[in-house]
Amino acid sequence: MSVLVNKDTKVLVQGFTGKNGTFHAEQALKVGTKVVGGVTPGKGGSEHLGLPVFNTMKDAVRETQADASVIYVPAAFAKDSILEAVASGVKLIVCITEGVPTLDMLYVKKAVDEAGVRLIGPNCPGIITPGECKIGIMPWHIHNPGRIGIVSRSGTLTYEAVAQTTALGLGQSTCIGIGGDPIPGLSHIDALKLFQDDPDTDAIVMIGEIGGSAEEEAAEFAKSYVTKPVVGYIAGVTAPKGKRMGHAGAIISGGKGTAEEKFKAFEKAGIAYTRSPAEIGKTMYELLKSKNMI
Amino acid sequence: MNLHEYQAKELLARYGLPVQKGILAATAEEAAAAYDALGGKFAVVKAQVHAGGRGKAGGVKVVKSREEAAAEAARLIGTNLVTYQTDAAGQPVHSVLVCEDMYPVERELYLGAVVDRGSQRVVFMVSTEGGVEIEKVAEETPEKIIKVEVDPLVGMQPFQARDCAFALGLKGAQIAAFSKLMLGAYDAFMENDFALFEVNPLALRENGELACVDGKINLDSNALYRHPELLAMRDKSQENEREVKASEFDLNYVALEGNIGCMVNGAGLAMATMDIIKLKGGQPANFLDVGGGATKERVVEAFKLILADSSVKGVLINIFGGIVRCDMIAEAIIAAVKEVNVTVPVVVRLEGNNAELGAKILEESGLKLTSAQGLNDAAEKIVAAVAAL
Repeated sequence: MSVLVNKDTKVLVQGFTGKNGTFHAEQALKVGTKVVGGVTPGKGGSEHLGLPVFNTMKDAVRETQADASVIYVPAAFAKDSILEAVASGVKLIVCITEGVPTLDMLYVKKAVDEAGVRLIGPNCPGIITPGECKIGIMPWHIHNPGRIGIVSRSGTLTYEAVAQTTALGLGQSTCIGIGGDPIPGLSHIDALKLFQDDPDTDAIVMIGEIGGSAEEEAAEFAKSYVTKPVVGYIAGVTAPKGKRMGHAGAIISGGKGTAEEKFKAFEKAGIAYTRSPAEIGKTMYELLKSKNMI
Repeated sequence: MNLHEYQAKELLARYGLPVQKGILAATAEEAAAAYDALGGKFAVVKAQVHAGGRGKAGGVKVVKSREEAAAEAARLIGTNLVTYQTDAAGQPVHSVLVCEDMYPVERELYLGAVVDRGSQRVVFMVSTEGGVEIEKVAEETPEKIIKVEVDPLVGMQPFQARDCAFALGLKGAQIAAFSKLMLGAYDAFMENDFALFEVNPLALRENGELACVDGKINLDSNALYRHPELLAMRDKSQENEREVKASEFDLNYVALEGNIGCMVNGAGLAMATMDIIKLKGGQPANFLDVGGGATKERVVEAFKLILADSSVKGVLINIFGGIVRCDMIAEAIIAAVKEVNVTVPVVVRLEGNNAELGAKILEESGLKLTSAQGLNDAAEKIVAAVAAL
């Protein structure tokens, strides 16, 4: 099974004929993802990468019965693209776009929640079920089909955790990059719930960073809901207060959202964690070993 | 992006908020003329810097003559103001706002708003405890902060503003005046993509009127593309010089106080790299995210930025290749090291696509580059190299 996406997931690309849309659609097709077409307003009726291009998401979903869409449009158009996807009836929307205004996301989040649609991102690497489906910009080759679920706010740091678990022979069920923005679609809690309920996931890596309190809330949630082993890591122990660290959401404001508070929340919830980004894989390996799970 | 007090007040006045009258002065003569123009017995001279805590730091002074206004302006302009919110060097003062005097006032109130990540809504906050830091109030007497969550689809409703007015103990005509002020502030917030907004203090004057005595606005950088008039208000002199330079090349750079420069792709990994340097006993000199495409041009600019900080004694490059090939990144690093003439030790960790080939190219370059395997090895090598200097 895995989480949210698998070998049968049919994917549309919004911003299909653009540079990013083209490159990442090609990469996804190469590894067997069922990309079924895309949308570029004004180019409907043409073909791109041997697949149909549609003017609207509504047309695209009607013709392809797609389940998911991935968005590679510039930030100024992200709100419109997400709302178009919501209206089209797809059940999963992955927005890779970085730099979406925060106030746009307030409307988007409400629309997404009311429609009962899942949004991953924006400002994220996407979601991957190794061996089956890749929606996003992550490198395919570092992944290995397995039973660890990974959720993270960061792109390359997720790759780090993936590479470390792969190197230890663990492999991943599904990896979800929820993105570095202050108002994300899917949250850490949503991801924990999905992984806990997924029979193909045995354990969960949760990677957070400074800013907000999503990790604290997720730790609290894990305590009551998650029975599978969880390993946590937080980036930004050395980050200064009041400075935005690359990601729009990675900022300690008013003394809140520090890495220490988040580690403390892990501790309180009884979640295994590491302070070293080099030891995420190792911490998981040892935890599984101590539980006789490997 | 932050606005100055005078910019914030101008913006808020356009939304009907009653703001304390003030005239911007860039010289002592202008300050004296401003004092005359205000026509009062007293005036207040306020340093315009992007930092709170100005009062305690001597950046806000009451004056009672045009000569005093000129003297205060002369004292402040051209200096750096150090407050508890700035670093040790402080923020440069290029102008002062000469304001009408409003004191004594009956009460100092607080009005603020943020995008609340938890509720995923804009949340307005009011308090009877104005004039002090709201963080302090939140910590010591949280019951004195009244919060209002606004549904983004329907916007702030008059009843929400009235609720706040009554909670603040306002009476009579003040209720309508405050409601108008708060609804105006909400419109300003939404139409201009504020990230944070604060009027502290919001004075309730002895004549019963309300007045915004200060104004603090932080704008969502992601939304500036649709507000060219706000972008034009950016005062780069208030920002770290290297951070400004970085933003011109779309690099995310934040200066820190250590001596090991970092160049990383991805914000999360960049923070993690700083953290592991610290774990291994070193001190990171900066946060720097070169982004997805680590091309030669970007690596060159990144090197220039890192090395512009004279405390940097070594550089750690940590690139997770992902889809880009590490051999290409290795070539970019070599070209950059040659172009920028890097003399400090450089440790490079390349992971991902063609990582081994990348490491081989670095080793064979004949440059002072050390390649590392994995994060631990990379951090240990650069900390040792810097310690050995």
